[in-house]
Amino acid sequence: MPQKRVVLKNCEVIDPKRIDSHLESGGFKALSKARGEMTPEQITNEVKASGLRGRGGAGFPCGIKWDGARTAPGANKYVICNADEGEVGTFKDRYILEKDPFTLIEGILIAGQAIGAKQGYIYLRAEYHYLLDHLQSAIDQAKQKGFLNGFSLEIREGVGAYICGEESALMDSIEGKRGEARYRPPFPTTSGLWGQPTIINNVETLMNIPPIILNGADWFSQMGTERSKGTKVFSVSGDVARPGVYEIVLGSPLRELVEELAMAKDVKMVQIGGATGRILPYDKLDTPLAFEAVLGAGAVTVYNESRDVIDIVHRTMEFLAEESCGKCTPCRQGTEVMAEVLDKFHKGEGSLKELQNLEALSSAMMLSSLCGLGQAAPNAVMDSLQYFRNDYESRVAK
Amino acid sequence: MAGKGVITPQKDRSDLIVRLQEAQQRYGYVPEEVIRALADSLNIPVHEVYGVASFYSFLSTRPLGRNVIRVCKSLPCYLKSAEMIMEAVQKELGIGLGETTPDGRFTFQLTNCIGLCDHAPAMLINQDTHVDLTPEKIKQILKSYQ
Repeated sequence: MPQKRVVLKNCEVIDPKRIDSHLESGGFKALSKARGEMTPEQITNEVKASGLRGRGGAGFPCGIKWDGARTAPGANKYVICNADEGEVGTFKDRYILEKDPFTLIEGILIAGQAIGAKQGYIYLRAEYHYLLDHLQSAIDQAKQKGFLNGFSLEIREGVGAYICGEESALMDSIEGKRGEARYRPPFPTTSGLWGQPTIINNVETLMNIPPIILNGADWFSQMGTERSKGTKVFSVSGDVARPGVYEIVLGSPLRELVEELAMAKDVKMVQIGGATGRILPYDKLDTPLAFEAVLGAGAVTVYNESRDVIDIVHRTMEFLAEESCGKCTPCRQGTEVMAEVLDKFHKGEGSLKELQNLEALSSAMMLSSLCGLGQAAPNAVMDSLQYFRNDYESRVAK
Repeated sequence: MAGKGVITPQKDRSDLIVRLQEAQQRYGYVPEEVIRALADSLNIPVHEVYGVASFYSFLSTRPLGRNVIRVCKSLPCYLKSAEMIMEAVQKELGIGLGETTPDGRFTFQLTNCIGLCDHAPAMLINQDTHVDLTPEKIKQILKSYQ
């Protein structure tokens, strides 16, 4: 299947510095439709019917989330756009923010209309500070054209913490606290930012909203698989000839992305979804990219035959150990212990007993960690043990 | 240190991080005086302000150099020989990881993924991005920061 541009439709087409260029190509028509012809319930129903699921990694049905916040009691509701793109190997949101900030703003405004929010935040990661003025200018232009219509949209800058991409940690960070995951329930739709009903969506999720409102749920749900509708934007890097951002229909095989589009050769394995993502060996390259199989936030890191699996998994775990917020013990301690054990294997000093410990620890972390970081932290370990067990066993100290 | 406590008074707790970012920007780190002043003006305990200031990697409670180099060490950059970039920076500046040059011009740090993997290896100096790096490019890039 060739590339299909739904989310990236305007990227490299419009002038991202000028709202008029965006308006000339049909910008803000979806917002007019949502405000002029639809009730909030009709908007959320359309999004529900589209089958759109969150693009930040977790894949929660967007319309259900919106409906939860729409029907929740609360005087002040909030829309948050998660632009804290921190997953290792992900840079698609950076590309979107650079090339088409207007469609994102339109998506946020439609979300606000749907749930009855008057205030929105874009949480922009500190590492993307260079996009701040650009994004602010886009907001100012939309305001000048009257599109904000009483809605207040503010950018909050992150301060360098991977965990703040996790929705509850992100909200704590906006509230001026350490970015630590919250206990749930309650969920953000009823008790989010400052305890008020809140929806928090990834940049790419919100980019899908204007085309869904404009073209209808049926148009959208024709693309993709049964449980994964629409397209996905992938960030491909590592051992490939053409690293970059690619948008393809969900359900397309991994091979198409890795070998045909990014032109990888001698592939040993692919890490899909970054540090908390899955690892697939070369012979699984026909796996479909979908929520039913593998997806995550769309980070695809390709490793060729020259790479050492244990080295990759060890570095992945070191990252997670550093970035764990430390609030819950299974994640704080589990990632540290795993990094130590993997270091031993990396040096050829592992033991069979420690292999068993890794597996037991993985189960405990998946079950008992507070948020997605700790729950998904063992993925790379478990997958590499499944597909590259020999690499571990050959590193057991003699 | 006179005057370092003078950060816009702000009663709103949610502005704590914004105030800390301002201090980081102004002084190159978050001085203890600022932490105490913020705790006072926001009416929250000093340890809580310190807890926030020390949580985030883009805030520092110790003085840093005028320019902070952050070379990305995450996997996509590692695959593109980021270690050679780290070596080139250290050699050029004569300092180790986490250290500051004696003239206070540079601090050298590593960072996790900065989202420039399609142009790896990459680094940030202050808030500027530098991509598709080679060891040869480092000298020229560093020259432009005083």
